[in-house]
Amino acid sequence: MQASSHHSSALAHHFDSFEQQRESASLGMWLFVAQEIMFFGGIFTAYLVYRVKNPEVFALASSELDLTLGGINTVVLILSSLTMALAVREAQLGRGKGVVSFLIATLVFGGIFLGIKSVEYSAKFEHHLVPGEHFHFAPSQEEMDHLWETKGFTPEHIDRRAEMFFSIYFAMTGLHAFHMIIGMVILLFFFRPAWRGRYNADYHNPIECFGLYWHFVDIVWIFLFPMLYLIGRA
Amino acid sequence: MSVHVEPIRVYITIFLALMGLTVLTVWAAFQDFGVMSNPIALGIAIAKATLVVLFFMHVRHSTGMTKLVVAGGFLWLLILFGITLSDYQTRDILDPPAAMTMPVDVPGPAHH
Repeated sequence: MQASSHHSSALAHHFDSFEQQRESASLGMWLFVAQEIMFFGGIFTAYLVYRVKNPEVFALASSELDLTLGGINTVVLILSSLTMALAVREAQLGRGKGVVSFLIATLVFGGIFLGIKSVEYSAKFEHHLVPGEHFHFAPSQEEMDHLWETKGFTPEHIDRRAEMFFSIYFAMTGLHAFHMIIGMVILLFFFRPAWRGRYNADYHNPIECFGLYWHFVDIVWIFLFPMLYLIGRA
Repeated sequence: MSVHVEPIRVYITIFLALMGLTVLTVWAAFQDFGVMSNPIALGIAIAKATLVVLFFMHVRHSTGMTKLVVAGGFLWLLILFGITLSDYQTRDILDPPAAMTMPVDVPGPAHH
């Protein structure tokens, strides 16, 4: 592909072609995403170790999470991924106003997700399920008797194990939500160049790379939802 | 070679598949599959992630080098899980079972 004169400003001088420039950008972004996989991987490992050690109380504590809100958020976040993918597609087609529309939709779905998350968090504060001095986990007497008979767990044993579940819950969902907030701030910077028609079939690497980040955050949630909300429901 | 623009119906189809798999994983969570319930939940999540990676993240049309980095990222995650668990799951193997519960310094059952 030849760099035509009016496109030449978008093609950095150290690349031979737009294709090479796009592929380099994607490769670099994927290296960043691979780093992010390991970044989240540490806390996924913590979850794995503590859950394997305490399957019974993890299952009980998981049932305290709001499955309806968690489910709605899963749908909302996948919707935001769809609109993000469509924003990149509009950029590939050189339709700046289409990009702006789908970016607004992505921002709205991201905002809905964080709003629902904050409702969930405040319920956890009210129910004393935030780790710390006031943490108190009280399953039914029947459950407590069962854990005493089968595992020899006192209420203190159960409380400490549940507190570990909620520590991991807040660390994982908090880090995830933090990634979304960062993403939504970065997203704002795409409105101006998109509106001005800077993106086209040759040059759309920034928005393509941002899409990779946004979809990665979606993938993290795809794993968090069953790991945190869906254990011990049967 | 110019950029590959997917038809809109591809994205819509993937979105609907992701919705279907979300419903499936919630349904499966309420069934008693015994020891298979965790592998089923994990399998569905991996299927969803694979769809996102291949279609939304365009890895289907990426270069071999990018595909290698993607695969490497997930491979290293499995190494992290594998080596960590092989440590934690074998720490108590030489001790009698009584030593396997976490030491908690509280007296007997306090709930009666």
